[in-house]
Amino acid sequence: MDLSTTYLGLKLRTPLVPSASPLSEEVDTVKQMEDAGASAVVLYSLFEEQLRQDSAELAFTLEHGTESFAEALSYFPEPSEFRLGPEEYLEHIRKLKAAVRIPVIASLNGSSVGGWTSYAKAIQQAGADALELNIYYIPTDTSITSAQVEQVYLDILKAVKQSVEIPVAVKLSPFFTNFANMARRLDDAGADGLVLFNRFYQPDIDLEALEIKPNILLSTPMAMRVPLRWIALLYGKLGTSLAATSGIHRASDALKMLMAGADVTMLCSALIRHGPRQIGVIERDLVAWLEEHEYESVAQLKGSLSQQNCPEPSAFERAQYMKAISQLPIGN
Amino acid sequence: MTPSKADALDGKPATQPAPAGRSVKADYKTLDGNEAAAYVAYRLNEVMAIYPITPSSPIAEWCDQWASENKRNLWGTIPSIVEMQSEGGAVGAVHGALQTGTLSTTFTASQGLLLMIPNMFKIAGELLPTVFHVTARTVAAHALSIFGDHSDVMACRSTGWGMLAAASVQETMDFALISQAATLRSRLPFIHFFDGFRTSHEVSKIEMLRLEDLAALIDDQLIAEHRARALTPDRPVLRGTAQNPDAFFQARETVNPFYAAGADITQKVMDEFASQVGRRYNLFDYVGAPDAERVIVLMGSGAEAAHEAVEYLVARGEKIGIVKVRLYRPFDVRRFLESLPATVRSLAVLDRTKEPGAAGEPLYQDVLTALIEGLAAGYGQLKAMPKVVGGRYGLSSKEFTPAMVKAVFDNLSRPAPRNHFTIGIQDDVSHTSLEWDAGFSTEPDNVIRAMFYGLGADGTVGANKNSIKIIGEETPNFAQGYFVYDSKKSGSMTVSHLRFGPQPIRSSYLITRANFVACHLPVFLERYDMVGNLVPGGAFLLNTPYSPEEIWSRLPTPVQQELVNKQARFFVIDATKVARESGMGGRINTIMQVCFFALSGVLPKAEAIQAIKDSIRNTYGKKGDEIVQKNLQAVDNTLAHLHQVEIAREVNGVGGFLPAITTNAPEYAQRVLGKLAAGRGDELPVSAFSCDGTFPTATAQYEKRNLALEIPVWDEAICIQCMKCVAICPHATIRAKVYDPKELAGAPAGFKSADARAPEWKGLKWTLQVAAEDCTGCTICVEVCPVRNKTEARLKAINMRPQPPLRDQERENWDFFLALPEFDRRKLKAGTLRQQQVQRPLFEFSGACSGCGETPYIKMVTQLFGDRMVIANATGCSSIYGGNLPTTPYTVDASGRGPAWCNSLFEDNAEFGLGFRVSIDKQKEFAEELLQKLTGVIGQSLVEGILQADQSDEAGLYDQRERVAALKEKLRGQSSREAKILLSLADQLTRKSVWIIGGDGWAYDIGYGGLDHVLASGRDVNVLVLDTEVYSNTGGQCSKATPRGAVAKFAAGGKPVGKKDLGMIAMTYGHIYVASVAMGYKDEHTLKVLLEAESYPGPSLIIAYSHCIAHGIPLDAGVGAKQQKLAVESGQWLLYRFDPRRADRGENPLQLDSGAPKGKVQDYLMSENRFKMLTKSKPEDARQFFAQAQLDADKRWQRYQFLAGRAPAPAPAPAAKPQSTVDQQP
Repeated sequence: MDLSTTYLGLKLRTPLVPSASPLSEEVDTVKQMEDAGASAVVLYSLFEEQLRQDSAELAFTLEHGTESFAEALSYFPEPSEFRLGPEEYLEHIRKLKAAVRIPVIASLNGSSVGGWTSYAKAIQQAGADALELNIYYIPTDTSITSAQVEQVYLDILKAVKQSVEIPVAVKLSPFFTNFANMARRLDDAGADGLVLFNRFYQPDIDLEALEIKPNILLSTPMAMRVPLRWIALLYGKLGTSLAATSGIHRASDALKMLMAGADVTMLCSALIRHGPRQIGVIERDLVAWLEEHEYESVAQLKGSLSQQNCPEPSAFERAQYMKAISQLPIGN
Repeated sequence: MTPSKADALDGKPATQPAPAGRSVKADYKTLDGNEAAAYVAYRLNEVMAIYPITPSSPIAEWCDQWASENKRNLWGTIPSIVEMQSEGGAVGAVHGALQTGTLSTTFTASQGLLLMIPNMFKIAGELLPTVFHVTARTVAAHALSIFGDHSDVMACRSTGWGMLAAASVQETMDFALISQAATLRSRLPFIHFFDGFRTSHEVSKIEMLRLEDLAALIDDQLIAEHRARALTPDRPVLRGTAQNPDAFFQARETVNPFYAAGADITQKVMDEFASQVGRRYNLFDYVGAPDAERVIVLMGSGAEAAHEAVEYLVARGEKIGIVKVRLYRPFDVRRFLESLPATVRSLAVLDRTKEPGAAGEPLYQDVLTALIEGLAAGYGQLKAMPKVVGGRYGLSSKEFTPAMVKAVFDNLSRPAPRNHFTIGIQDDVSHTSLEWDAGFSTEPDNVIRAMFYGLGADGTVGANKNSIKIIGEETPNFAQGYFVYDSKKSGSMTVSHLRFGPQPIRSSYLITRANFVACHLPVFLERYDMVGNLVPGGAFLLNTPYSPEEIWSRLPTPVQQELVNKQARFFVIDATKVARESGMGGRINTIMQVCFFALSGVLPKAEAIQAIKDSIRNTYGKKGDEIVQKNLQAVDNTLAHLHQVEIAREVNGVGGFLPAITTNAPEYAQRVLGKLAAGRGDELPVSAFSCDGTFPTATAQYEKRNLALEIPVWDEAICIQCMKCVAICPHATIRAKVYDPKELAGAPAGFKSADARAPEWKGLKWTLQVAAEDCTGCTICVEVCPVRNKTEARLKAINMRPQPPLRDQERENWDFFLALPEFDRRKLKAGTLRQQQVQRPLFEFSGACSGCGETPYIKMVTQLFGDRMVIANATGCSSIYGGNLPTTPYTVDASGRGPAWCNSLFEDNAEFGLGFRVSIDKQKEFAEELLQKLTGVIGQSLVEGILQADQSDEAGLYDQRERVAALKEKLRGQSSREAKILLSLADQLTRKSVWIIGGDGWAYDIGYGGLDHVLASGRDVNVLVLDTEVYSNTGGQCSKATPRGAVAKFAAGGKPVGKKDLGMIAMTYGHIYVASVAMGYKDEHTLKVLLEAESYPGPSLIIAYSHCIAHGIPLDAGVGAKQQKLAVESGQWLLYRFDPRRADRGENPLQLDSGAPKGKVQDYLMSENRFKMLTKSKPEDARQFFAQAQLDADKRWQRYQFLAGRAPAPAPAPAAKPQSTVDQQP
């Protein structure tokens, strides 16, 4: 069965790619994922905040309390150099490149235009095959307009594209007034791929402590509905690759995404739950389904149920909403 | 400062002439004495055994760090560094390394050096070549002092070691090499010493020795010979024998030829050094008029001040000179005589040590001996015995200035010079002191002198060290920096003394006549006379929120007066605002540094700013670009905010300086402690002090420091009166009382109260009160408050609010609160935190760090047992905040009872405390014997009442005190000898609680042997180990309590092994009450443990997790309790109690009081920089250590769970009552 696909110009053996997660922190785990059949790997994210905060925190704690008391003019030895954020990350890329054969896609996560985007170049130099730019911006200032918000995305992308030659994918959220327009503008601004969608950290409230709790939930297959729709809508309309992420847990989920038009289907929660070998399970099931249904290749079915190609294009639009709610099973 | 001076020092590119004997341009660097010593010692040794002690610790820290960075020594190998458990251990390891043929050294001072003495005799007796680099420091006598004098090295003068004294940072580097060369050639071991702090911590621009200089003086052949003498099974020999009267004496005399040659060898090394490097030294260096009649002999940094004074006075025609003693041992009589001009009539020998009861101090005695023998032998040019007097100066870094040097010369001019004098103090008891003219100054005009008054936390000292480097390395100027810190760990003031000039700077004393004075914290203006140090026409820079127009009328009157009188130039900047706007938080250092350069003219402005920016990139670059950018931003934002202020003619200020001690304090506190607190302790005469080191307690309450920018404010409406805030407050500044509502009559208008919530307290009022002027603003109280406001969840039952607007009201409230009656201790449920915490703390307002993790434990102990406790306190943080002058945090209750406290040493604290116990028990036993004998006089019922008293609770204690009072009343009328003795012992009939308190450095390392013995003794002592997992007081060196993976000094690469399980070791005895607590996780548990431990009639060991500034956490942001919680929840720290009484009852003695770990150890580790920074310096090691740390925690949990879960042994034999072993011979 020919499972191959092309993503960001990279020829991949299958569309099954682990997305950015802590699983890629260890070289051994990435090797296990490769052995299980991952066709590429997206590394855990290097966060803008991490770059800024690590440095601020280090400077603070090394200086805190120093030069105040005659017996303790400092509290820590100060090595002549620190490997702050990017160095450690870059070293990891280098090690991975030496350890695995699959493409390594680095991930930079940030929300503002600034010096941090220059790390993209260092990431390229470290050997990454591509870069996923995860733009993670939650506007809270009521005076900022939608247009300004969108411009930030474009500016960050442009800044990064200017500094690297490797392909750049943009991972983003669906929360735009006209996501389709945003997708086009990112395409125009040079995005080589769009990764749909980011799973935002959403805060929770701790009722006993009366505090806001950070709380990351693993995805469920339900989460794939939003990217499924937008991939189906965008398929064939942009020059970028499309990656589906969120809620892909089973071969059937991957199949649906591919039919909607995804070039790759990204896996995270499923691998965290079941371990890296789950990739192999999904691939086996994928092949079994394709064989059972007499497909020859992934290419054959890619986009086959996109809005362009599906039997009922309006199913992806609002008109379907009425129909859907009328079918809700109410009461018992 | 006048423009001409600034112009004279105007910066040009640094071009230094090559010194004589050198063909290449000299390499100048600015560093301190410790780094200078380390630079040479590291390169010339292979094995270093280290142990932290102030002020030498940084030498070892440098070496450890260089080794962790794989730096190599002169022969291309990385020296091995091993941290030992004490200096006694370090010297043993060095001895062993020497015996087996390596080049080995150690670094130490004071008590540390004294602990080495036994081995030093042996090392010398075995002619092993080594150099110990010693930052000469005061040996504790009536008090400990971390500062410099020669009492430690002088205590070693009989060990047979060579002793070479360096007087400056340059000499420290040079003599480190000279002594190493001399030891290899002479086989005599050497103490290379330089003055603690004055030289060890003085930053100075010096010429660096090069590796080729080192190589030129060190002969590899001698090292080969040292190795050839080593112990090896390949050529076995025996050393360290025991000898009898028939052999020892003769054998001891075999070494004489080596001593006879030692001085010549050292001089020859100095000669070779001169031709290699260009600087000439002699065993005795004479400076002064060739026809001098009066000469001072001295050694160490004081020689530099004397040198400066002599140059000045000789230029004015005085016939005087000094002899700088370089090589003190072996003392070369001939060369000493030869150093003196023929014209000398009188000599003053100055010793920086005190040898009470001796015929004279050591150098004085040596000089006298040398003169008599030398004259007899016809050495030198003297024809007759000069008049010789001896004097003491500079003990514990007491200032020694050219004015004092002049006074010593003036003394010699008298017909009958005073002998055995002191200089630098006013001795109104024994009248030994010489008067001096404080106005006399010899400082050259071409030296720029600048003083900076900073707050510890604001980065002033760091910036000044930076400025010295800039000036030293960017201009031809020589530069010197010395930094004075106060005795508090929180909110401390630092004073930086900086000098720059075209010649090497010899002024080894503080600046009192400054061209430039900067005040970095506005409130210092209210307390300190800074402008008093300014020379006429000098510049005064003030960081203030007031504009140039507003500031004048806001100044204290005396400051205005000084500015007017001195026609000073006055500048202001709102540096705090600039810092905030530049993203620098409270760090105003860079901003003030820019102002200094802008105003001093040491460098042209543009060059200076460029140099500052370069130095920012150098200093902060490795910590990340963000930090660099913020600092650069601050530089750019500064000059626009710097304004000159017109000095008004009108003196109309806001009054005088505030008193350092409140005016309601007792007379002694105001007169003596007040001077100390005001930084004017030097003015106190000898009579101001007790003769035996005794001080009153209860004085910290009079030192109102007003450190907090914000203080907690109570919301009585939602408070649940849980007392968690009161318990955790490190400074006892938040307290609660329960009282009758009628007490509220006369309460100040703003005084808050609520109905007491506890059912037992129905009808009573309850108040939570903050001591606004004592609070340090750490916010830990707010962090632990469990209550949230129901409509605004960000608010709690206490909330931080700006202090200044509240200060006056809260001062009044606090006074009223204190005056409310204390709740009757007999009626409190001491085992319930919300009741127990109304007990008055007898430990308050210490100088501990803001947010300290140790002090809440001590405070709780004093609440419970303070009125009957005596404390033996190991040297360390707790002895410093507990017993450093000026004021004392241990206090008394309404009846005048409170903790009695003493610090003996670092290493012997357990034994010291055991001594308390044995002594108190003996007195009690004796009193009981007398009581029985005197039954007839005292009466049967009282005697029986006393002897059979149950003193296990507050009621019992109360009753016993009443009985003892009655007893004393009866005894006062008696004239029999036994009655008199019993009267003197009667108070011991009330139960005393002995507490042995110290840190992990003491308990796990240096004091462990003694602690083990005391615990084994079975005696009723309570040991509280404040476990910060690091040597906190000396700046964060690794101890055996340091957990795996933590970065600490001496473990710069992360500690590779796990933490010692002190509790488990102690439990194996079976008869020791052992507990592990973490108050920030469960305060009720700590309370329960303290009560159980104290009630246990044998030894108790409480290991208390104490968060610490050395953990790399924002301590003053109140995170401590949260960190404790994380530690316990991750399984990194366990809570347990091991109570032998349970075993007696047939129960498992071990109870595990914390649950199964909920989180990962890694999450806790990553929340503290001590661990996290390893991921930035050695990520691979970090990964490995952290994984292992998880395994450690898992295994420990399983082990404890297994032990706690075991069924008790069937039919336990009743455990023997703990019995003493200390009184019995084996």
